[in-house]
Amino acid sequence: MDLQLTPEHEMVRQMVRDFAQREVAPVIKEWDRRQEMAPHILPRMGELGILGVCLPVRYGGQGMDYLALGLVCEELEAVDTTLRVVMSVHMGLNSLGLLQWGTEEQKARFLTPQARGEKIAGFGLTEPGVGSDVAGMASSARRQGDSYLLNGEKTWISLATKADHVLWFGKTDPKAPDPHDSMTAFLLETNLPGVQRGDLHGKLGVRAGSTGWINCTDVLVPADRRLGEEGEGFRIAMSCLDNGRYTVAAGATGLIRASLEASIRYAQERRAFGRTIAGFQLVQQKIARMVQAYEASRLLYLRAGWMKNQGLRNTRETSLAKWFATDASFEAASEAVQIHGAYGYSDEYDVERYLRNARGAMIYEGTSEIHQLMQAGYALGLRQDAALRCELPAYDPQAWQN
Amino acid sequence: MNIVVCVKQTPDTAATVTVQDGKVSWGDAPLVLNPWDEFAVEQALRTKEAHGGKVTALSLGPEGAKEALKQALAMGCDEAILISDPGFAAADSLVVSAALAAGVRKLGEIDIAFFGRQAVDSDTGVVGAQVARRLGWPSLSLVAAVRAIDPAARSIEVERLLEEGRQEVRSTLPATVSVTKELNEPRYPSFMGIRKASKAEIQVWSASDLGMAAIPAAALTWPEVMSLPKVETQCEIIQGDSPDQIAEKLVGRLLEEKVL
Repeated sequence: MDLQLTPEHEMVRQMVRDFAQREVAPVIKEWDRRQEMAPHILPRMGELGILGVCLPVRYGGQGMDYLALGLVCEELEAVDTTLRVVMSVHMGLNSLGLLQWGTEEQKARFLTPQARGEKIAGFGLTEPGVGSDVAGMASSARRQGDSYLLNGEKTWISLATKADHVLWFGKTDPKAPDPHDSMTAFLLETNLPGVQRGDLHGKLGVRAGSTGWINCTDVLVPADRRLGEEGEGFRIAMSCLDNGRYTVAAGATGLIRASLEASIRYAQERRAFGRTIAGFQLVQQKIARMVQAYEASRLLYLRAGWMKNQGLRNTRETSLAKWFATDASFEAASEAVQIHGAYGYSDEYDVERYLRNARGAMIYEGTSEIHQLMQAGYALGLRQDAALRCELPAYDPQAWQN
Repeated sequence: MNIVVCVKQTPDTAATVTVQDGKVSWGDAPLVLNPWDEFAVEQALRTKEAHGGKVTALSLGPEGAKEALKQALAMGCDEAILISDPGFAAADSLVVSAALAAGVRKLGEIDIAFFGRQAVDSDTGVVGAQVARRLGWPSLSLVAAVRAIDPAARSIEVERLLEEGRQEVRSTLPATVSVTKELNEPRYPSFMGIRKASKAEIQVWSASDLGMAAIPAAALTWPEVMSLPKVETQCEIIQGDSPDQIAEKLVGRLLEEKVL
């Protein structure tokens, strides 16, 4: 395994860091308080190519590899989680799913404008009554001649009211003997008649992001908008999660770094009992643990990214990276608040936002509990990854430039 | 147009600068493209976008300065050339300007050479003017706006930033233009640019490549650099029986300290 980052990777990191620091960091508190997404975020991420960073040039992407995607996510979430969430849904859950499963026609129609940032993409899996129990979903997709009729409600959908395209899941065969074979995936355009959407407010964190619901009532979509085969929806959803979870892991690593850097800065300034608090061993212990969490999370996500580059199945490794990094990011943010004392409890400093933002990632894209079950399942030999009809293509530096 | 932008690699401005034994230390700060030069690169690129042509980034420095040139390439420059020679190690701005001017000459017919107003490390702010002098070109310094460039008429019209306002200046081309941060908003490197830069072979020109038979000794040296004297702050609380009395005492103290 070669985790040596190239000068190209370093320049990508720096470029994304500069963008987030210059254009988002100065205004993020204000938008977080307003519970709205700053209107310049998506257009700027599109213009700068971030929304297509690891997609091949022929599909309108920037031709970077999967490690670059991880690094981008780390840098984005070091400023605010909502920036990384954009990458998780637009790239991880939707665009990479299209790259993996889409036909050339579907890629031309949907993936290319997404890679260019001309269209924003989302992912509609979770429902009001269904989270971890994906196969228990209520949404339906009924075949009608050359079309499908979609019905159902999706909720906790990132970018619900911003997305032009949503990868939408519904049951085509509710009576399938194995409920995992009951679902099918669709490329849903949100401007179709019968699609209604709204925002959710009052979230604990990711308040400067856009989270909402999407309702489909008798939405007619042509059959060529079906992604993959009928009954393949569950496997498609899980493969998308392998990519979404990767971005979450990398982002959480950035949140740990932000907590660590804020803690170091504050501990070296704040004085108590006649010296800076950085001199106290209990503060040092917290900082040491953040360093440990950061380095371990980083190695775990880089390993997953390296495996993606090689075209190796990485469900186990990505799940481990996501579980470890998100739990560790919540712990790091909480300890950063503790180091900041009462100031950390107020939004005068950023660490309270880190704490609120970190909490959600322990729930979405597989709860920490689901990941523990997965890890135990692999360890005990109860779980194996069956080969997929379409695998995520390995990164090919030459082919990606075409 | 044939455009040159002269850039320097400097320590990051976020670095903590200290003075140790009369020498400046930047610690282990990362080295970056001189922030002032980013405005120069941006203006060079905008000039090319408006009038066509080519932008060449030119730098003098050690092998490592290629990284700063790569940043310029990633932003969109077409080509980058490093002037590097062990003999330049102790160069002052006179020597640097001689080398850069020789580099500009070697590049052929150049219409305009952009510079940042100064480098954040040595802060001399004279290299643009010195290069102009050596090339026999007009020097436009502290340029805060480029109002017009007419390649056919070989003229340029700029606004220079003065303490009390702005001065409109018209000049013939070729000219050197050193720029301030009011001029533009530098772009980020693009992903395509980053890839191009990371694969770019940067040409290196030595002193002899530039036809400099001997590198002159630096006229300026920095025998000692002193730290700023420490600012001591004392806090004095003025008390009194009424706000009027406190204000009166405060005015008295301010007059006494010659603040007012």
